Amino acid sequence: MCIAPLIRIIYRPQATEVEFPEHPLDLDAMLSMPQSSDPGPQRPARPHADRLTREQRLALYRHMRMTRTLEERLVALYRQTKVVGGLFRSLGQEADAVGSAYALERRDIMSPLIRNMGSMLVKGATPLEILRQYMAKGDSPTRGRELNIHFGDLVRGFVGQISHLGDMIPVMAGIALSFKMRREDRVVLVYIGDGATSTGAFHEGVNFAAVQQVPMVVIVENNGYAYSTPTGRQTAANSFMDKALGYGMAGVQADGNDVLAVYDVTKAAVDRARAGGGPTLVELITYRRKGHAEHDNQSYVPTGEIEWWAANNDPIDRFVAWLGEHDGVTAEELAAIDASVSQEIDAATDEAELSPMPEPLDALVGIYGEPPTLEPHWYREGVRTAVEQHERPASWGTHDG
Amino acid sequence: MGEITYLEAIREALFEEMERDVNVFCLGEDIGAFGGAFKVTEGLQAKYGEQRVIDTPISEAAIIGAAAGASHMGMRPVAELQFIDFISCGYDMLTNYIATARYRAFLPCPMVVRGPSGGYVRGGPFHSQNPEAAFLHTPGLKIVYPATAADAKGLMKAAIRDDDCVLFFEHKYLYRRVKDVMPAGDHIVPIGKARVAREGNDVSIITYAATVWKALEAAEQLEREDGLSVEVIDLRTLLPMDDEAIVATVKKTNRVMIVHEDTRTGGIAGEITARINETCFEWLDAPVLRVTAHDVPLPYSPPLEDFVLPQVRDIVAVARHLARY
Repeated sequence: MCIAPLIRIIYRPQATEVEFPEHPLDLDAMLSMPQSSDPGPQRPARPHADRLTREQRLALYRHMRMTRTLEERLVALYRQTKVVGGLFRSLGQEADAVGSAYALERRDIMSPLIRNMGSMLVKGATPLEILRQYMAKGDSPTRGRELNIHFGDLVRGFVGQISHLGDMIPVMAGIALSFKMRREDRVVLVYIGDGATSTGAFHEGVNFAAVQQVPMVVIVENNGYAYSTPTGRQTAANSFMDKALGYGMAGVQADGNDVLAVYDVTKAAVDRARAGGGPTLVELITYRRKGHAEHDNQSYVPTGEIEWWAANNDPIDRFVAWLGEHDGVTAEELAAIDASVSQEIDAATDEAELSPMPEPLDALVGIYGEPPTLEPHWYREGVRTAVEQHERPASWGTHDG
Repeated sequence: MGEITYLEAIREALFEEMERDVNVFCLGEDIGAFGGAFKVTEGLQAKYGEQRVIDTPISEAAIIGAAAGASHMGMRPVAELQFIDFISCGYDMLTNYIATARYRAFLPCPMVVRGPSGGYVRGGPFHSQNPEAAFLHTPGLKIVYPATAADAKGLMKAAIRDDDCVLFFEHKYLYRRVKDVMPAGDHIVPIGKARVAREGNDVSIITYAATVWKALEAAEQLEREDGLSVEVIDLRTLLPMDDEAIVATVKKTNRVMIVHEDTRTGGIAGEITARINETCFEWLDAPVLRVTAHDVPLPYSPPLEDFVLPQVRDIVAVARHLARY
């Protein structure tokens, strides 16, 4: 694809001599740029996206809107201290999460990252589950054991991530390996950020997947920053897509803020994996408009950068414009969807607030299959009982005299 | 049926379990046609094919992580580490991902991570390690470390059938040195149960793996030269630990030493001592003492390695001290 040189300039102002442009991404130029294999059309060919129905495209819109509005609700709850841990936003990345997960079948298994709430919603995670999870409730998907969107469900096809970035790549390669061994018609999709590509686990997992030719799609979400570290401080490679070459696997790149482009490129990779063509590395270019977490004031971001993306490259705004132009979707239709989203979130919030907090003793359940529970420390049961129950010999020690 | 070695016993367990359950598969470096660095998996790939006996890149994190992913889907992977020393390369996967998976995500990891361990073989600092204590501190993992050929087979079969991740330490000094006639039938040694390797009344030695044999040799010498009756407890499983067996031997002899080949500080002997202190302090006639390696990386040269590691004479000396106390 031809958009890469533009993108590189944006993210590497300190690493190159290139001056940081006032308006780094010329979207019109990008979209009208002729494709090498397809010089005719004014926009990239999207065979898979073109097969989506109007109804499916509206579903994509609803998932993106749900992601954004639910996160806004979580911010409100965070400020009321009802979200007891950290809060992570995916503002501006909704298209990359939703469009990629939408390319999966229900039987496929996906592993999200912290900015993939949208992917989880597509896979069937509910706002109620997410709210309970953030609020540390006893009936949350992890019964209060894990934070935020760190939860999964193999039936609906998503696996809970851990905080150690990169680790999900080998794990998901193993799930894909099991599909290959059992000749199951299933595909794995795993997300990784620009920062986590620097881990050893990423390298080991991707290499393993490529050697084993397992049905796996690796989505590298390049959102410009890993916490405060810009992509140019993360890698000297020209693009993450280029890394695929070194592993002997397919690599593609797409505009991560164009939900149809994301769907299209991911669907092609999923289809290739399903057909036995092995893993693909998909780089999606997007932009993280909020900090790493809610506490992060983004002081490290060049002035104007966030505002530029908000004004010129918001994935929902872009898709709304597209829907109006190509599908004749009216403002009333969208408003009805938005209202149903808000209604669902309101109802889920009310229900989540009523949920009980976990019972403390549940903390000792299920660390092993056998034994199923652990005993609390004796002093938690009351010192006197413990002393009374403590068996002693008739005399101190067994010295005879 | 003749005797087979500790190594052959492990191999026999792998064959039997792969035959019994199609979900069992092996992965690791050079384990296929080559049969592994110590030939534990010799013949497995010829019988079960490349799909079930997988040669992997040199990637301990990928081997262990992929095993976890496959285990989530109902497979029962057996991951070989060429030497257990390299388990540190997969430490993050084991402690952060695997050990927490059942608890935080209700995703069991029925898998085995196995590999040749231990010293007394002139392997130097990176082919002699006993890293079991590094994982004893991780809830969610199980650790076994057999001393006999029969236990090696029975524990391997139990480990493969266990619904959690079992770290299976194989002592390479014992691979071809100890033999047993295998018990008939489907021989399973339950995880979490210690074994009385030798009955005695005067002093107890709690130990596991290669030092079980050092302790037995010391016990014979002590009986012959001092008339002491020494009990030797072979823990077999380190996590979960058999507290009942430990308490029973303390109450029987009232004088206890713990012997392990691993280094002393932060080692398993300290944990056992604390448990004895908490559960049967009043039964002791002497302080619990430790015989362990010195706190150094294991050196290569024989005079150095022999000095650093616990020897029979060390066990004899400490037993005499305990008996006199």
